[in-house]
Order: sequence, then C-alpha cells, then structure tokens
Amino acid sequence: MSVDPSVVRRIAHLSRIAVDDNEVSRLNGEINAILSFVETLSSVNVEGVEPIASVLPMQMKKRPDVVTDGGIADDILVNAPAREDHYFVVPKVIE
Amino acid sequence: MSELTHLTLAQARDALRSKKISATELTKAHLNAMEKARLLNCYITETPELALDQARQSDARLAEGNAGPLEGLPIGVKDLYCTKGVRTTAASRILDHFTPTYESTVSSNLMRDGAISLGKLNLDEFAMGSSNETSAFGPVVSPWRRRSDPEAKIVPGGSSGGSSAAVAAHLCLAATATDTGGSIRQPAAFTGTVGIKPTYGRCSRWGIVAFASSLDQAGPITRTVRDAAIMLRSMAGHDAKDTTSVDLPVSDYEKAVGQSVKGRRIGVPKEYRIEGMSPEILQFWDQGVAWLKDAGAEIVEISLPHTKYALPTYYIIAPAEASSNLARYDGVRYGLREAGRDIADMYEKTRAKGFGSEVRRRIMIGTYVLSAGYYDAYYVRAQKVRSLIKQDFDLAFAAGVDAVLTPATPSTAFAQGEQGSNDPVEMYLNDVFTVTVNMAGLPGIAVPGGCAANGLPLGLQLIGRPFEEETLFALASAIEQAAPKIEYPKPWWA
Repeated sequence: MSVDPSVVRRIAHLSRIAVDDNEVSRLNGEINAILSFVETLSSVNVEGVEPIASVLPMQMKKRPDVVTDGGIADDILVNAPAREDHYFVVPKVIE
Repeated sequence: MSELTHLTLAQARDALRSKKISATELTKAHLNAMEKARLLNCYITETPELALDQARQSDARLAEGNAGPLEGLPIGVKDLYCTKGVRTTAASRILDHFTPTYESTVSSNLMRDGAISLGKLNLDEFAMGSSNETSAFGPVVSPWRRRSDPEAKIVPGGSSGGSSAAVAAHLCLAATATDTGGSIRQPAAFTGTVGIKPTYGRCSRWGIVAFASSLDQAGPITRTVRDAAIMLRSMAGHDAKDTTSVDLPVSDYEKAVGQSVKGRRIGVPKEYRIEGMSPEILQFWDQGVAWLKDAGAEIVEISLPHTKYALPTYYIIAPAEASSNLARYDGVRYGLREAGRDIADMYEKTRAKGFGSEVRRRIMIGTYVLSAGYYDAYYVRAQKVRSLIKQDFDLAFAAGVDAVLTPATPSTAFAQGEQGSNDPVEMYLNDVFTVTVNMAGLPGIAVPGGCAANGLPLGLQLIGRPFEEETLFALASAIEQAAPKIEYPKPWWA
C-alpha cells in the first residue's frame, strides 16, 4: 500500500500537525518508504494467532475506588502557556 | 581531580564508605569535567548547585553512618525522566519550558538510595532516534574517534546518546537511560559501555515521558557490569502508580557478577546472520561465543524464525503508541503554544512548530496505521506478528536455553549525517538486533567486547528469560573478563 498527497494531508490533519506543500511531497516519499518497509508483514501467516495483549501474563491490578490525590490545582496549572485563576485558557470554541 | 572521575561506581562507593574521599570532592570533580566537555553536548541542563547541595547531605549521612546503597555517587539523568523543580525537555521544543512538580519513580528511587544528580542528559527527541541527531538541543558528540578520520564527529548512538557519551567521557559515574527498541543497548555498544534493558515491568515507567508504553523500559548505562547491577537494584521495584510494574522482589544483582556460568546453555540464533553483515561483526560474534564456551557455557544453535519481521512490526506498533501518547502535547496544559485562528489551528501550528521532523513523521505513521480502514491491515496484524516473535523466544527458552547471544548492533558507530538523511529506514536498521527484545518484553544487556579495526567499540548482546537479569549479569561479566579491556578515549575535548 502507498499513500498520495491527499492522504498525507488527511493524516496530517488527523494528527493535528500543520504541513505546507513542500513538506507534503517530502513526507509522501518518507511515509511510502516506511510503508514499503513494513509491507513484508503481509506475507506472514497469522491465521489463528491472537494479537498480543501483554508481553507477560499479568493480571491488571485493581485498587479501591477512592480519591488518593487532589487539591493540587496550582501544580497542574503551573506549566500552562495561558491560564486564568484555576482555568486553562484556550481560543474561543463556541460562537 | 580527574582520577576521581575515573573510578567505577563500585570503587567510588567503597572509597566513600571508607572515607578515603568525600561526596563533595567527587561531585566537584565531575562538575569540573562537565564544564570542560560542553563541546560534546551531553547535558541539556546542568544542575551544579543542586548536586553540591545533595553532596553535602550525603557527606553528612556518610559521617553519621546511615548511608544509602548509592550514597554520594554522582550520576546523570536522561532528560526523559521528570525531575521535580528541574526543567525536563525530552529534547523537544514542545517541552522547552516544562518544569515538573513531581519526580519520576525511578529517579526518586535513586535519590532515596543517596545518588546525586549532576543534571539532565541529552537524547533523541522523545527518544525517537538511533544517533542523538534528532535532539532539538543539537546532537551529542561521542568521545570516541575513528582511527582513520579523527576529525569526523562520531555519534554516541541513540536515543540515550547523552547517557552513553557522558558515561564513556567520565562526565558521570553512571546514567539513567530508557529503551523502547534498543535505546539503551545500541548507544552502550557504540560507546564501549554497559547497558541493560530489564524485563518489561521491572522498573516503573511513572514520570518518564512516554513514547511507546508497551515497549518502554528504564535501565542504566555504566562502565562496568558490576556498576550496572548496582544501579539496576536501586532503579527496579514495584510501583502502585504504574499498573504494568511487577510486584516481585528485587534481587541483589551485584551478587550475580562474577558467578560461574558453567553449564549455562547459550542460544545462538541463526536468523541473526543477516544479509550484508560485515565479516568483522560476524567474527566478533564468534569471538563472543568462544569466550562463553571457555567460561564453561554450552553453545547451541537456535532458530528464531520471525526475527526478520521484528523491525517492520516495531515500526507499526511504536508509532501507533507514540501517536496516542503524544496527543497530549496540545499547547493547552504545558509546553509550547503557537497562536491560531481557532483551537484546531492552534493545535496544528503548535505541534508543527514544537515537534521535530522525525517525531512528526512517526506521529503521522502511527495515526495512519490506527485510522479507520487500515487498523486491521496494519495494527492488528502487527500485534499478531508480535505474538509470533514472542513465541519464538518462549520456545527457545522452553527447550532449555538460558540466554541468547547476538551482536548488539550491525555496525560500529557512524559519523553525524552519514545515515538516514535520504531514507529514514536506513537509520531504523540500527535496531535490527535489539528490537526483538522489546517486542517480547525480555531483559537484554549490551556489553563491550573490544574495538573494531576503525578504532570504535563493538558490543555483544545477551537476551534472558523474563526477570532473570541475574543470569545476564553473570554471563556479561564472563564476557567482560575475557574481552580486551576498553580504553576510553583521552579527553581531546577538554
């Protein structure tokens, strides 16, 4: 399988990464090189093989459903590029 | 002063305990060496005041007689580990001004045991790379030089290139590192150092910037096998904050160093003799086999038939997980923000500016293989092939093999700009021998075995059964004893 420039633009948008025209053609070549590299997997017989869920037979750990943390709004906001009181500030999303 | 930086971690520990040296003088010697080695670009952030403060506290504890296992030992921390109050960048512009308010579990385990942090070590951006050339803070220069061409700037491997170069250049006694496809073992092999990626789940991933969560593991890079064993004992352990961390006791790994390997069965996988491999690497591998045989191990040829699919599988699974993990860098909660006309435009501009080209490429590949219509053909198929790769190892171990011996890398280190500029896949091939180990969640250690004709070091890799790191330390120390001693480069940079 290979991709064309329109697919590259679509992937870039899904990834929320802005790309300009020059980049699209470069990325197109690079992505196709990687896709052709992984193409070999289509020749592996995977009939009846389960997709791996965990490398080790481990049971997902559970803990009591109680609050163990909190009250650290200042810590959480300290690295935000834009904040007001205890809120993250983002561009307007609802007109 | 320079003599102090040439001690091994174990020697420094013993000298501190017997009061022959102080933590403060040991720390100062390293800070001094770091200052003279800025040309190598090993550290992104140096923290001399914090280090000296910690050293004073260590000296007090040493005097009181309640020293921890790593008391007063200066180490470097890969800048992928979140450190409380110290800028953490993952070598990315998108985290340029990020200062965590918490400490990663592994680095806090090391501090609990008395280790001193000298600063944060350079790496490939978000640990994506094999040469440290993708760092937004510039590439790391290896202390090693090619015999024929001493002016060429040699790469220290990656992604833990700052860690491997700093250890080889004596800019710390040991360093923390992480390994997703070979990022501890490949840089260790390129710099004549020892690096172990423990079993998946042995170290907590909490507080380490995530790349591919089902593959990422923390581990140390050191100058000797004993030092790696000492470091891993402190780094490993159960952590309730990482559900994949395993609740098993941590052994005193140092006791395994120097233990007899008589009767151990070592598998040599025929599929690792890949096409186009240099005769020098093949010869070196044979030499490794001979060393273990001389030490009393039994050598058997084994087959790991799905080996050739490991790297393609990795380049689906790792980008898929990365695209998901790196979705958090959105210009809202931390890091860089670029203004946009609406929120989606802000996300797109922030991520285009904040991520370097390798990271952008991997996020896009990951997004593609997880997208509707391609998920089954790529991602689910890769997860099935991953089951087969793991099964290869399960079968070998079930047949009585204790460990597998391979070269760590298909070549010695190369110079900056020599690989991957036209085709990203060329750079990816560096991990051809290491990536299988992450796919199967197994422990793997790289140990130096001498130098190639070009004067650059060569490393062997040992792969073990899950949670049998002790076997790897015993075997690696047998190789270390048999191999010619690594002479680290004289400080041409100082």
